[in-house]
Amino acid sequence: MTDTKTPYLEQQEYTINMGPQHPSTHGVLRFVVSLKGETVDKVEPHLGYIHRGIEKMSEKMTYPQIVHLTDRLDYLSAHINNHALCMTIEKALGVEVPERVQYIRTIMDELNRIASHQLWWCAFGMDMGALTCYFYGLRDREKILDIFEESCGSRLLHSYYCPGGLMKDIHPNFKQRVKDFLTYFRKKLPEYDTLLTGNIIMQERTKKIGLMTKEDAVSFGFTGPAGRGSGFSCDVRKHHPYAAYDKVKFTEPLYTEGDTFSRYKVRMDEMWESMNIIEQLIDNIPDGDYQAKMKAVIKLPEGEYMQRVEAARGEFSVFIVSTGDKSPYRIKFRSPNYCNLGAVHHLSKGFKIADLIAIGGSLDLVIPDMDR
Amino acid sequence: MMNNEALKSKIQALASDTEFVETGQYLTASVPYRKIHAICKGLKEGADTAFDYLFNLTGIDYLEKNQMAVIYHLESTEFHHIVVLKAIIPTRENPEIESLCDLYAGANFHEREVYDFFGINFKNHPDMRRMFLDEISDNIGHPFRKDYVDEVNIIER
Amino acid sequence: MSFSIYDFTAFNQAIDQWLRSVMSPGWALITELTIIGLVFLLFYALVGLVLVYAERKVCAFMQCRVGPNRVGPYGIFQTIADFIKLLMKELVTIRKADKFLFTLAPFIVIIASFMAIATIPFGKGLHAIDFNIGIFYLLAVSSLGVIGILLAGWSSNNKYSLIGAMRSGAQIVSYELSVGLSLLTPCIFIGTLQFSGIVEAQANGWLIFTGHIPVVIAFVIYMIAATAETNRGPFDLAEAESELTAGFHTEYSGIKFAFFFLAEYMNMFIVASIAATVFWGGWMPFHISGMDGFNHVMDFIPPFFWFLGKTIVIIFLMMWFKWTFPRLRIDQILTLEWKYLLPINLVNILITAFIVLMGWHFVK
Repeated sequence: MTDTKTPYLEQQEYTINMGPQHPSTHGVLRFVVSLKGETVDKVEPHLGYIHRGIEKMSEKMTYPQIVHLTDRLDYLSAHINNHALCMTIEKALGVEVPERVQYIRTIMDELNRIASHQLWWCAFGMDMGALTCYFYGLRDREKILDIFEESCGSRLLHSYYCPGGLMKDIHPNFKQRVKDFLTYFRKKLPEYDTLLTGNIIMQERTKKIGLMTKEDAVSFGFTGPAGRGSGFSCDVRKHHPYAAYDKVKFTEPLYTEGDTFSRYKVRMDEMWESMNIIEQLIDNIPDGDYQAKMKAVIKLPEGEYMQRVEAARGEFSVFIVSTGDKSPYRIKFRSPNYCNLGAVHHLSKGFKIADLIAIGGSLDLVIPDMDR
Repeated sequence: MMNNEALKSKIQALASDTEFVETGQYLTASVPYRKIHAICKGLKEGADTAFDYLFNLTGIDYLEKNQMAVIYHLESTEFHHIVVLKAIIPTRENPEIESLCDLYAGANFHEREVYDFFGINFKNHPDMRRMFLDEISDNIGHPFRKDYVDEVNIIER
Repeated sequence: MSFSIYDFTAFNQAIDQWLRSVMSPGWALITELTIIGLVFLLFYALVGLVLVYAERKVCAFMQCRVGPNRVGPYGIFQTIADFIKLLMKELVTIRKADKFLFTLAPFIVIIASFMAIATIPFGKGLHAIDFNIGIFYLLAVSSLGVIGILLAGWSSNNKYSLIGAMRSGAQIVSYELSVGLSLLTPCIFIGTLQFSGIVEAQANGWLIFTGHIPVVIAFVIYMIAATAETNRGPFDLAEAESELTAGFHTEYSGIKFAFFFLAEYMNMFIVASIAATVFWGGWMPFHISGMDGFNHVMDFIPPFFWFLGKTIVIIFLMMWFKWTFPRLRIDQILTLEWKYLLPINLVNILITAFIVLMGWHFVK
């Protein structure tokens, strides 16, 4: 008679590939998911499908040229990324940008944030199966893109900021169109709540799914609306204000549950807050120059410089090591999506496959930002 | 919120041979790379420092000085003070440094990226693999090094 | 031959007598069956075409866009164009798949829906088969569709198709219970399982009005369960989980895929027409007792159009569900059935039986 007991039949662990082309990952991201039955045991992301070596390329480019590359990182918060780089260069050179530029940059950033959250909402609804949400969100986003097209010249990858200020002044219609948009969207945003937020099916699929405590969020560097859903107060606009953010009053939505539903609610609240910020600034844009005087060739003095901004998905920062040349010696973009991705395994362990889609949707991942 | 003097004395206590640079934006401390884990642990667990948020980890290759460096940006969510730790590794052949994964969970992905691009090996890392370039080819090397040569893909101007 | 659009029984009998006079009774029967089969095939194809177009247009209007509007005026020939495209696609054969079962599976699904549609009364006298166990036969036959789905998943020789088919099968088998039990409630009220009897008994008012709360509850449960039966709307995890496990009809292409697609829309039509028949009075016009003038106007519209109108309203309701709600997870779908719908159903049946015994109802 042997001592060993017959072991329980182990549930077969098998891996499933959510390959680089996938309707729900919103970009070229490959998840290799290992399952135990129906529950997720391990999620391993494979990156690099859209790695373009932006940091290495920038070592051979001049600073104004790098601005155009920062657009292509998180293309849905293009303005905000540009802002980070321009701010780093300006602070390193000690250049004071005019008030007008600060106000306009803030307004453009907040419009971009609303547009990014609108697209997030479309895609989140679509992943959940409510296909109508996609069209409602895009319909409203078109209004913002029209405003951008008029002033910045393009709908998505604007490169409107340059070191020292803006490329061109805003269009005369800008103020009126932004105000029209605000009145329009304030009526439409409650519709989003009616369609998706209050739906019992949506709530069942997102409440208590993908839990993250505050300590874990801090440890992972889990910032942005995702971190604020866990109670991690990480808004760079509040803690290290830049541009015109110290002149406006707004609240930072914080929820403590740490599940998918609270991350959803944070983004919905952020859209309201962004509208408040724009409303406080739009009537008070001071007159003045739209560009500070900069030298023709920008050379940063020797040293290390860093600036942080609050992109739509989290904390984005630019770190430049310069040796006095007209290209950086080393430039590093700390992308929020890359750090948020690090927590996907922690969030989805123990939940079902269908929950992985919901969790990925609530993190709002944009892959070019991760891969750089 | 500790001012620079207090932070300096704290870090000096953890590692006596640090050099400080205060001219920049944040207090930068060049710490000996062998003690980086102990220093970060002390800074994280100290009740008045409480640096629990690692918001950036960068690798740098100093070709002329034959050194590599890893720069850590730490912030405290409680006191909102920021410190920058610079760990210089004095060799470019098989550089190694301790991993901070057990202190900061976010360091996992950052360190994999630095390994992928620079070749710095992080000891005690739970999953030391390449991050982005694993499927391209077997001997892609470490592209962000300053002496990386690739006639096909990199055009030198 | 007397042809009345209000009552087809005389017309049917006239054709029957003419056929018997021309050929022997056996041949007459075979001819009749052939004619009915062809008529149903035509009806099937037509309804499929119309429903696909309707879904696309309804979905488009709900999403603030226009939908197909190029192929023909208002895009009405869009489905025909899609169908021709599907016909021209290559039928990919899988190497190690069980070829016979692979080809058989879509046919089983279609045959099951054909058998179900035969019992539905489209109008007075427009009834292919009028069993005295109509509802019982219907429930039995509509369960056969599951076999087709499971065969499709199994014979594809694909791990993911099998999982998708199992999930779909589990969902359908669970919701069969709710469909059956919720259809029993009106039958308890009316007292017969025969379809024509059920419709005739609603001559004084549709069951949903005369049956009060138990029938309303049964109707709501039936709508939920029927949407889940047909893998539609918020319960379409098996198809839309083409995220991970690709659904039972991944390996199908061309005309076989068209069969599955068509069968789904036909199932929606069948389920809606059963709801219209059992709960909303079938081909009975809408009468308000006491308002004779109104009733005469209602009677003027032929019964076939009443039936079609009611079915269309329920189909629109099902489409509305699909394009509004997000999807449920598989464990939530099964929990809904086994922990909520089934107990409510059973209690409802008890209450209905009690009401009938006590004679508290208005339907004889």
